[in-house]
Amino acid sequence: MTLLITVFAAIIFSVKWYNRQNDDMKLGSLCLMLWGASLMWLVDAIFEYAELKSEYFTPAAEDMLNDAFLGLSVVALALVIWLVRLLIADPKGTVRLALNKKDAA
Amino acid sequence: MACFIVSAAEAVVVSAVEKAEEKKESARVESGNEASEKVSIPFSRKLKWLRSLLSGGAVLLMFEHVWHGEVVPWFPFLTAMSDPADAAEMFHEMATVGVSMAVLVTFVWALMCKAADVVVKRAAQDDAKVNEA
Repeated sequence: MTLLITVFAAIIFSVKWYNRQNDDMKLGSLCLMLWGASLMWLVDAIFEYAELKSEYFTPAAEDMLNDAFLGLSVVALALVIWLVRLLIADPKGTVRLALNKKDAA
Repeated sequence: MACFIVSAAEAVVVSAVEKAEEKKESARVESGNEASEKVSIPFSRKLKWLRSLLSGGAVLLMFEHVWHGEVVPWFPFLTAMSDPADAAEMFHEMATVGVSMAVLVTFVWALMCKAADVVVKRAAQDDAKVNEA
């Protein structure tokens, strides 16, 4: 479930990156972060499948719910990291403008 | 247990190589040795992609380990380190799962670089054809 949620998030943001007008939103780093995690969880899933065989595809409802929460939390963390980096880089100068305005007031 | 450490370590090494490569590239540009006609993606930029894949993945995987209580904010940070049997299992997992993760990410990055080079070369060829016509 964690793998699936991360892969879907990576696909959605990759499509967003492809359709971008410019690089102001720095979506590339978010896509790479999510794809990196997806690949790593894919390896984890392969090893788990090798151990559990068909049982891997029939997880307990409680485990699935926990994994779903984890997947959503992972995507939320990735978005927070991306947002902080975006605000620090401030490619559009919006943060600088807002801070200067405050200073002037 | 701690499979993300292998990718994190690779990310640190890649980061150091990236910085060295950036210096080399800027020195080449300053000395004028860089072929101005050459159309390609700088190697330092490709290394940045690998660093982002590895470090981003490692951070998110570390979060998963925190979620499962395998990483804690106090020494020795990994709960498996408190018991020798668990530590041996952790090192085994790092050697198998961790190394496989790093290898797969690096392999996918290599494919990505190859594809990016093909796209850039094709675009340059198309531009040249338009200019000739």
